[in-house]
Amino acid sequence: MNMSLTNIPSPAQMVPIETSPGYWTSVGRRLARDKVALLVGGIILALVLLALLGQYLTLGDPYGTSMFKRLRPIGTEGFPLGSDELGRDMLSRLMLGARLSLFMGITPVILAFFIGSAVGIFAGYAGGLANALIMRTVDIFYAFPSVLLAIALSGALGAGIDNALLSLTLVFVPQIARVAESVTTQVRSRDYIEAARASGASAFTIIRTQVLGNVLGPIFVFATGLISVCMILASGLSFLGLGVRPPEPEWGLMLNTLRTAIYTQPWVAALPGLMIFMTSISFNILADRLRAAMAIRS
Amino acid sequence: MGAYILRRLLLAIPIMLGVALVCFMLVQIAPGDPLVSVLPPDASQELRAQMITAYGFDQPLPAQFMKWLWHAVQGDLGTSIATSRPVFSEVMTAAINSLRLAFLATLIGFFFGCLFGFVAGYFQDTWLDRLASVFSVFGVSVPHYWLGMLLVIVFSTQLYLLPATGGGPVGASGWAWDWAHVQFMILPAITLSVIPTGIIARTVRALVAETLAQEFIVGLRAKGLGESGIFRHVVKNAAPTALAVMGLQLGYLMGGSILVETVFAWPGTGLLLNSAIFQRDLPLLQGTIWVLALFFVVLNLLVDILQTLLDPRIKRA
Amino acid sequence: MNALVTPDLGGPAQPLLKVSSLVKHFPVKGPLGKKAVVRAVDNISFTVQKGETLGVVGESGCGKSTTARVLMQLITQDRGELIFDAAEVNSHQLPLRDFRRQVQMVFQDSYSSLNPRLTIEQSIAFGPRVHGLSPAVALARARELLAKVGLEPVRFAGRYPHELSGGQRQRVNIARALALEPRLVVLDEAVSALDKSVEAQVLNLLLDLKKSLDLTYVFISHDLHVVRYMSDRILVMYLGEVVEIGPAEALFTRAAHPYTRALLSSMPSMDPAQRTLASPLTGDPPSPIDPPSGCRFHTRCPHAEAACRISKPLLFPTGEHHEAACLMSIPSSGHSRSPRGDQSMRHTP
Repeated sequence: MNMSLTNIPSPAQMVPIETSPGYWTSVGRRLARDKVALLVGGIILALVLLALLGQYLTLGDPYGTSMFKRLRPIGTEGFPLGSDELGRDMLSRLMLGARLSLFMGITPVILAFFIGSAVGIFAGYAGGLANALIMRTVDIFYAFPSVLLAIALSGALGAGIDNALLSLTLVFVPQIARVAESVTTQVRSRDYIEAARASGASAFTIIRTQVLGNVLGPIFVFATGLISVCMILASGLSFLGLGVRPPEPEWGLMLNTLRTAIYTQPWVAALPGLMIFMTSISFNILADRLRAAMAIRS
Repeated sequence: MGAYILRRLLLAIPIMLGVALVCFMLVQIAPGDPLVSVLPPDASQELRAQMITAYGFDQPLPAQFMKWLWHAVQGDLGTSIATSRPVFSEVMTAAINSLRLAFLATLIGFFFGCLFGFVAGYFQDTWLDRLASVFSVFGVSVPHYWLGMLLVIVFSTQLYLLPATGGGPVGASGWAWDWAHVQFMILPAITLSVIPTGIIARTVRALVAETLAQEFIVGLRAKGLGESGIFRHVVKNAAPTALAVMGLQLGYLMGGSILVETVFAWPGTGLLLNSAIFQRDLPLLQGTIWVLALFFVVLNLLVDILQTLLDPRIKRA
Repeated sequence: MNALVTPDLGGPAQPLLKVSSLVKHFPVKGPLGKKAVVRAVDNISFTVQKGETLGVVGESGCGKSTTARVLMQLITQDRGELIFDAAEVNSHQLPLRDFRRQVQMVFQDSYSSLNPRLTIEQSIAFGPRVHGLSPAVALARARELLAKVGLEPVRFAGRYPHELSGGQRQRVNIARALALEPRLVVLDEAVSALDKSVEAQVLNLLLDLKKSLDLTYVFISHDLHVVRYMSDRILVMYLGEVVEIGPAEALFTRAAHPYTRALLSSMPSMDPAQRTLASPLTGDPPSPIDPPSGCRFHTRCPHAEAACRISKPLLFPTGEHHEAACLMSIPSSGHSRSPRGDQSMRHTP
């Protein structure tokens, strides 16, 4: 029997090796050179900071109402961006609105990313009957346009942040599960998975060490793209009166309550929508750039 | 081919059943007593028990579902709590209004989507291409309910060109294709068309770019075929997919127009859903969702089958 | 002491691997959803002796790769058994995990067989880690193996697969297969995707490793030159069956089965004067879903007779350790050229 491989040097003796940048390092470097990505990334970072620190930055009172100071135009003294239908400071409310709006736009995607990935990767790796059962169930939810499903679920559950989050998560889980299943099925047919099985590794070990690293990237990009959709949907639910309840500042809800003001202060009324649009398009472009940065050498 | 279509039709049956199940469950997940909406608050215990039996609430869920489905497929979706009219006729009236709007929006979207897509695909990596791609990102990122508000602000409250809200002149009943009615459609249709424009533009750009890069086009150019001849080839290659995307978009607009219809008070399914939600009119909510989802499923099926018939390259066996 | 070394159990005379009556069918959906099966491997038996290289040849679709995957137990057979060094595979005598430590595989596609997100050393160290070696020890072994397959560890250990050439990647795959110190290595078209010059280097590496590590190979290829260079014995497959098996030299000089002879005469010759004039094999092999009756080769065989369509020839000795499944080799088989008749026809090339 051969013994030629048994003289293993102790780890301390190991010489340093030349290394190449890993996949995510190269993707990060490519993004760092992408001016558009940096710009929208900066906008998103600013919005996140606003959401976290907004309450310490606001100058006016986001909750204090005044019947005498209703619907002031942009540029009024004390109300740089005007005041709303109850006389509250728009600038403060827009800044503070970032918190709930971003929370409602991002949380469902994060939840759906975990649940959908788990479901999809399991279905893709297991194949066979388990796959068929899971994916046919997913197909049923997929048969609804996402706006309709979100409104149907939260319409039935009733208004409230928790119900809106639940509905939106349910909308995105099937979409993410589908993508996860399809990339996992592709990866599963690769020879390196066979090689890992041939070395005696358990299914769990193979998924953890061989599958995840290859499927999470594409699923992540897809999920990033969904944040833009989720922002619009979440604000849309609040716009319909289904998500956040007054008097909390949230851009969709603000747009709803200011709707009647379009005849008197149209530009003030349109401001919350501009915030939604800016956030949504930034996430959309960032997802596009991320996809482009990841497409090379996959 | 025939076998594929047959299989596709058979596969649609469990989906439709599943969709019906989800719609049925909507009422089950709704909080509160299902009888609150049909019984006066001071109803006697006896009456309550009678109603529970009459509505079948004492039966197991699968039995209730079968009963609901049996009635639903015959067009009996129950009675609206708010208006006491059959849900089915309420939904159908609204659905026709929604379809009218969605159809116009899809046509607008198809026209501009193809225009932008062709221009971008032909002039790849020029400023025209970049402009078109900016526009399509804009189209899919803009909250359309906000865009609707902006259009109302500009064209109704500032320029007084078009009516802000409503589905026709005051006092008019029904619909007519005259200016008095059509002017109400213009703003909502433009608002709704932004999403399909962006999506169709992206699709067409990719198809045109792909076709132009193919070797047979290089060959045709080398043979001396004029640009109009090339253009015909490109159109022939892009048409089936572009049409399929357009068909699917019609379905998305039917189901997704609720927010825009609310902004414009357009008397379609969106407005109906909105009022159903506010009055907690669950049968109306359920019926509307079911009809819209079914429309979407059937449309998907039709598009898929038509695409198979039109495009001989798609061999799905 | 090395944690992974497995002792030789049955002694040198015991075959390392004994395959008996192996069957693997794949269900497929026929037209209009009718159920059908692909008879990928249909009742094959053979042995692999300790220290030898058994070459396996045949056209694509003949069941070579399915055989390899069953040998690796990546798919389980429908029937038949594998005896590895006197122990039944996947039984209490030899649990699958222990078997897998002793049998490894090198795949054809050097790119698809390496995880693109792992560095070379991580890929090689994966198997040893699964079998309980500490990360540091496993990585040290990986680097040692890299050196063994001719890749300088300092330069290659930290690289990713896409940074390597096809030949280098295949060396990594070989190192990965050796990381568990297997006794049997299945090489499934392991050099087929490489350039000729690189192929020769990798083949020589395989021969060196076999000698220094005391390995046994099952070498699967469609390239007869390569198989002849590598193998001690050769097994010829056609439509899921073994049609001939024998020592490499005997098979090349005295092929008994018309299919083997056709394969040999279709080999591109190194000598321009000996060039192949007529194509000895025409058309594609028949479908393994509905294979021909009797001898499966009769539809393409120049010597096919009525008997070939009816009776199925079994492997029959035609020389020392040399067997073929052809009615022309079996006495009184009913074929006009069977040994009872004209003996002189037997070894006509």
